[in-house]
Amino acid sequence: MCLGVPGKVVEVRSDGVARVEFSDGVVVEVDASTIEGIEPGDTVIVHAGIVIAKVDEEEASRITSGLEELIQDLESKAEDFESMLRRLGAIKG
Amino acid sequence: MLLAWAPQGHEVIVKLIHHVAGSLGEEVKIMDFCGTHEHTIVSSGIRSLMPENVELVAGPGCPVCITPAFYVDAAIKLAMDGVRVYTYGDVYNLPGSEPPGSKKPRTLADAKAQGADVVIVYGLIEAIKHFRENPKESVFLAVGFETTAPSTASAVVNGRLPREFTIINVHRLTPPIMRYTFEAHRDAPIKGVIAPGHVSTIVGAMAWEFVPKEYGIPTVVAGFEPIDVLKAILSILIMVREGKARLVNEYTRAVTWEGNKRAQKLIAECCEVVDAMWRGLGLVPESGLAFRDKYKVYDALREYGIREPTPEEWKYDLPPGCRCAEVTLGLAKPTDCPLFMKRCTPGTPYGPCMVSSEGACAVWARFGGGGLADDVAKSLGLTPS
Ligand code: SF4
Repeated sequence: MCLGVPGKVVEVRSDGVARVEFSDGVVVEVDASTIEGIEPGDTVIVHAGIVIAKVDEEEASRITSGLEELIQDLESKAEDFESMLRRLGAIKG
Repeated sequence: MLLAWAPQGHEVIVKLIHHVAGSLGEEVKIMDFCGTHEHTIVSSGIRSLMPENVELVAGPGCPVCITPAFYVDAAIKLAMDGVRVYTYGDVYNLPGSEPPGSKKPRTLADAKAQGADVVIVYGLIEAIKHFRENPKESVFLAVGFETTAPSTASAVVNGRLPREFTIINVHRLTPPIMRYTFEAHRDAPIKGVIAPGHVSTIVGAMAWEFVPKEYGIPTVVAGFEPIDVLKAILSILIMVREGKARLVNEYTRAVTWEGNKRAQKLIAECCEVVDAMWRGLGLVPESGLAFRDKYKVYDALREYGIREPTPEEWKYDLPPGCRCAEVTLGLAKPTDCPLFMKRCTPGTPYGPCMVSSEGACAVWARFGGGGLADDVAKSLGLTPS
């Protein structure tokens, strides 16, 4: 029941109901009245028949690049991490 | 692919986790509060990748598991009295208080087998649609945390509910149970929290500010890919090492600081916060939602004159020997229960934590929890060095 699943919005109706397609091709009618301004093509997270969030595509594309930032962040925070990261070969130099 | 995770990325993070944990010289217990996180942890074998001093513990992340038997019994009774009952698939097999082997229905599935009208739906919208095509006095058994409550609230406030359609409202709130869980772990405190990502889309990251502030526990709001969880663990360990508890939002692609204000407004308009019962635990202060007076007409219990027990009348509601309450609070592992995969299996659930796909016992049963998880991790190339 509670597994949140990402899907693509196919249609938004005026009564606040949207049709969302999941990756397995199944299309369901869900309650979209809790989200402002969703449009066909948006990626949303659906949970128990309701849209709980719109996925920020820009942020989503950063999911892996965030890793580099995290490592840089670590490096700037603690000097001994830097030598540790070097040993790990996670950063160059 | 959207939400993809980088194979090289996770290896580096696992190595970093081992290095940071190795420099700590203390045991670190990290709790996840969401069934989907536990699912990611077990199905990707993340637990087997952890250093010896890092323990990942599943907390109360399964709303089906903690739905009191009383409400299941009420739904079964109404179904047997001829009222149609709609509910989510996970709730269909949830046992009420009837003992196993009883002739009386123990679950809504049993009630249906005995001729009752029980309909499984994906959500309330689908139930209302079905009702309009087949009108009949109906009740919806609405369980769930802040992620599901907006769907109930939206239908009630937006006037979507037809006449003769009422709701058994068993919605529960997660911050209060988090406080309750911290207290239960007083003797061996939780050192890090992976905050529930989906709940956070609604309540906002800010809802967890109290965790580092009041309890000094590093907290990360995380997404559900293995790399999200690994990053959360690493961030927590770094905070432990630095001795600075903060709140970090790792799941920025879906969670904002304030959360989903529209949904919050709907919930607040529809319901008030009340003290509420949790299965196997009893009363948890200010942890439930009840319809406000103006929406009481949608309250099925009121409609059918079913009185909820007071805290004094509450009776322990897990089947004998089931350790679901301890499993829910992260005080026991599913494998600590002598009934696990013996008397209690996903096909024949004895206790509530084996029913929902989010229940810790069901997740461990499906993915092995221990041995099998290691194999899965190996096949994914996730071996710690
Ligand atoms: S294995 Fe079954 S009986 Fe044991 S705690 Fe889990 S749900 Fe309860």
